[in-house]
Amino acid sequence: MADLVKVGMADYKVGRSPSTLISYGLGSCIGVSLYDPIRKIGGLLHIMLPDSTQARASDNPAKFADTGIPLMINDVVALGASKARLVAKLAGGAQMFAFSNATDIMKVGTRNAETCKQILRRNGIKIVAEDTGGTYGRTVSIDLATGSYKIKTIDRGEKSI
Amino acid sequence: MIDEFDLTPAQLDAMREIGNVGAGNSATALSQIVNKKIDMNVPKVSIIPIEDVPDLVGGPDTLIVAVFLRVYGKAPGSILFLMPKENAFFLADDLMGRPHGTTQELDEMSISAIKEVGNILSGSYLGAFSHFTNISMLPSIPSLAMDMAGAILNIVLLQLGQMGDRAMVIETKFLAEDDSINGHFFLVPDPGSLGTIVKAVGVE
Repeated sequence: MADLVKVGMADYKVGRSPSTLISYGLGSCIGVSLYDPIRKIGGLLHIMLPDSTQARASDNPAKFADTGIPLMINDVVALGASKARLVAKLAGGAQMFAFSNATDIMKVGTRNAETCKQILRRNGIKIVAEDTGGTYGRTVSIDLATGSYKIKTIDRGEKSI
Repeated sequence: MIDEFDLTPAQLDAMREIGNVGAGNSATALSQIVNKKIDMNVPKVSIIPIEDVPDLVGGPDTLIVAVFLRVYGKAPGSILFLMPKENAFFLADDLMGRPHGTTQELDEMSISAIKEVGNILSGSYLGAFSHFTNISMLPSIPSLAMDMAGAILNIVLLQLGQMGDRAMVIETKFLAEDDSINGHFFLVPDPGSLGTIVKAVGVE
């Protein structure tokens, strides 16, 4: 039985085949996965917010896209992945509650997705698939044996990207 | 900078006591709406890392129904009234005067009725807070979602996450005598609001 590694909110984990990395219940948060298909090494990051420079105080770089993504890239490379071969997949970034006067914080899902893509591009990582937006929660997992990124929802079934 | 989460035991007690009065008001209101006895526990005041908040309601992938309201005024914050799906369905049945088990999905009417319950609970709860602090606290229009607890809690935690890594959560559990209602009521002050509330209460 391959082991299942849980990734909490504002956290990331890296590993290798045959592990699966999983993160439960993403709303506006984003699950960013990285994978090197040859070495079968990858990581999963669960970010909450786009930008650490707008935050007042935090001891946790994995909470933000701009600080969390480079950190995870370093760690998968340290584990033996080739940075040039890394591919990224994204899921999450929903808006869970509909308000007529939605403030910026309620639309943070969209900003999260945009910033993740920006940071990945800036680091030269190719984004091969994404499932972002909507109004529903997602549980995401990456199977490091295959690189398949599975997205589970309550009402909208399950799919792999 | 003084950390607003560094409360003395007396201040924590004061928050619990205000929460207790607020929740008492809310339980009375709820019991009048559904016409049955509603029990509540003594509120729990916890200051915890934000990533642990979803565990308070059974883990991030637990399916829940949530009514979300913003709190406006000098001490803004968020309110969530959370129930397991079955209990939300029972509550909808109670509100519509139907036997338990009738509701199989939340239609417009049930959604609206459950939102209204969230509204009434919040109003009576915040009434107590306003009374003790002399800070006017008003609930926004309620919004409802049925989804994974982690996903739903994101919205509250974001606001806090921008400022720090911890959350203060005042949590009360409401239980109906026949177990049909089983709801968690959360008040989560925004960053900065906790300091304002504690100062207004005047306990050292």
